[in-house]
Amino acid sequence: MRKKSLVYSLFFQVGILLLLFVLQFILPTYHHSSVSKIMVLASYAVAYNFLLGYTGLMSLGHAMFFASGMYAAGLGIYYLELSALGGLLFGAGFTLVISLIFGLFALRTSGVSFLIVTLMFGQTFYLSILYFNEFTFGQDGFSLAKYLGKLVIFNREYLYSNPDIRYNFAFILLTAYLLISTFIMFSPVGRILIAIRENESRTELLGYNVFYYKLFALVLSGTFSGIAGATHALLFTYIGSTFAEIHHSISPILWTLLGGAGTVIGPFIGTGIMFYLVDFISGITSNYQLVVGVVLILMIIWFPMGIMGTLRQKWMKWLP
Amino acid sequence: MSHKEVKSEEQSELNITRRSVLGAGAVIAGTGIVGSQIIDPLAKTAYAAGSDAPIKIGFQAHRTGIGALYGRWYERTTNAAAKYINSIGGIAGRPIEIITEDDGTDPKRGADVVEKLATQHKVDFVFGTLFSHVVMGSAPRAGELKIPYFVVSEGYHVASGALNRYTFQPCITDVRAQISAVSGWLFNNLGKNVTLIYPDYAFGYNHRDYATAAAEKHGGKIVAKIAIPPTESSFTRYFVKIPKNTDVIYHVMVGPGVLTFVRELGEHFGPNHPQLFGFIDSLEGVNISSPGLDFLDGSYFWEAMPRYADGYDTVGSRFYRNAVGVNNSGASRSDSKDVSAYSHMFGCWETLFAIKEAVEQSGYRSKKDYSTLIETVEGFTGFNEGIAHPQGAKVFSGKTHQCYGQQFVSKVGNGKLNVIHKTSIADGMYEPETDYTKQSL
Repeated sequence: MRKKSLVYSLFFQVGILLLLFVLQFILPTYHHSSVSKIMVLASYAVAYNFLLGYTGLMSLGHAMFFASGMYAAGLGIYYLELSALGGLLFGAGFTLVISLIFGLFALRTSGVSFLIVTLMFGQTFYLSILYFNEFTFGQDGFSLAKYLGKLVIFNREYLYSNPDIRYNFAFILLTAYLLISTFIMFSPVGRILIAIRENESRTELLGYNVFYYKLFALVLSGTFSGIAGATHALLFTYIGSTFAEIHHSISPILWTLLGGAGTVIGPFIGTGIMFYLVDFISGITSNYQLVVGVVLILMIIWFPMGIMGTLRQKWMKWLP
Repeated sequence: MSHKEVKSEEQSELNITRRSVLGAGAVIAGTGIVGSQIIDPLAKTAYAAGSDAPIKIGFQAHRTGIGALYGRWYERTTNAAAKYINSIGGIAGRPIEIITEDDGTDPKRGADVVEKLATQHKVDFVFGTLFSHVVMGSAPRAGELKIPYFVVSEGYHVASGALNRYTFQPCITDVRAQISAVSGWLFNNLGKNVTLIYPDYAFGYNHRDYATAAAEKHGGKIVAKIAIPPTESSFTRYFVKIPKNTDVIYHVMVGPGVLTFVRELGEHFGPNHPQLFGFIDSLEGVNISSPGLDFLDGSYFWEAMPRYADGYDTVGSRFYRNAVGVNNSGASRSDSKDVSAYSHMFGCWETLFAIKEAVEQSGYRSKKDYSTLIETVEGFTGFNEGIAHPQGAKVFSGKTHQCYGQQFVSKVGNGKLNVIHKTSIADGMYEPETDYTKQSL
């Protein structure tokens, strides 16, 4: 059954990815760029889903991971003159260390305490960016455009902000995240994470070291969020404290809940819908946040498991 | 220094500055400044008989978020300017159409808005951004899309060289120029020993650094630098750090805590306090005679454009005030409680006229003419005072894409701001630190 589910799931996701790949040739300029951004942000949401959707840990400080990857990559390129790839790796490595340290402290708590500790760490990180203004460029942030080299493919040079490079880079990131997610969720580790989400005490009684599994999920989630942040820095060239604000921690929660927490593809669906919902409604009224809020409330009432979660419950039992 | 002495020097300075401004005007005229001539509102020109589509100008507005107060007034000013420009024949005979998108005062959304305006609405230009972090987040995208981006931000980021060749700030002075211009007056008239109180982030650091540089230049001394975290809601514990030999407290607090800041400052010092000098950014949109602001009576503020009509009564400023719908006290004519962001919003009015000038002088017809238009703007040396530029004449640097202009110092009295000093344009000028013209288009 699990093998059959894996095959269905892979077909489904490969179908979506193929559609995304083909879309780049037909989308108008604005939507081409928007989908690029959605894919990077959705990668962040997929990373967040490791923790919320599969392990049952809700963090209110995940912007710290996204921003630490972004800032490490950006400041590494700016101060240490790293290449773009070097910056990306530096961002990933830095976030791995940050999330490991964070996890060792934060996972000593659980439930609401965990939520508060993550919020406090996130705010501390955000305020540190403002406090060390002369090093981080503080609230204004900075543009990497002048400091990024060019990407060389078959002896041809491209800017990282080139629309095609941006789209395909984002596509590769999202593809990798979705596939890694799927395989982890079908692996024994993934089943244990789900067991922790469903009943942590029983999982512990079965002999699993719950702390280490939760630490694994948090480090994976944090590091993947950091890589998404570093990628965002390279492709969109702006680095600023806004990405460390609490709003940017809340966003992946909303994207994940809307799309379906605990489903691999849900965060991507939620991110896309939310992006276009804001984009569309803001063109009609300046009270778009109110409208979006009401829509979200109604969604949660009628589809508490999110869009993909509801589809899984009713028709797509094999959806991971 | 007694209050009387201060007043007499203020008056003297005002006279000198008026002369110097006239002198600067003559110099500017003599050097062949690009003339935004005073436009006669009755001199209508017909649109080119249906042959030309409108010039679309994308307005990146702060309708929501922390900049919403400014955004509301920026939008009113922009619409008023567009209405007036269309009434006199549009730009190069083409009507202008303003397409507004809200960026939520968020750099993340700002870049998306620039993208949307450029690629979905297919505007000719994007303009109007105020908050510096939104400019920083949006300008790279404008540069990548190669669309001229005219900001109305005050930030030093344009002149610093941090942005790109497509980004201009032609009609509002930057914070470095503002501080440089008024600091001389401050040190020479209010006192030499100054304590700086500023928000602990970039905007505050600009004030800290440039006021310190100005102190060295004018023989003043910064006796304390007190940075206040942006999340602070109570300020009394910072006031004990103010040295006793302080002659002047220079404050630039912004945000919702500013009224608490002023009230607690008053409670701390009582009637015997050092001179107070602040930037009007703290009180944009706030009625100066609001309860709790009594302590500000007798204090001084920088203004870019005097809020009260009697402080700067020119043909251009009167016309502008009427067109935007602002009464003589700086509030909306339809709602006297709705106080404007008068020291900033003129930038939108003036920038639309700068775009008009750029289009008409460059012969811009479509996006393929961007290079010519940009080179034309870079060739501008300034703008004359008039209906198109009611705040005053400007000197423009093509290298830095930034203008310089006059500033005002006002004193709070009788529940209003009274102009007591006007700087010359030269007071705020500094050597260019970048040259955008060397960047490729």
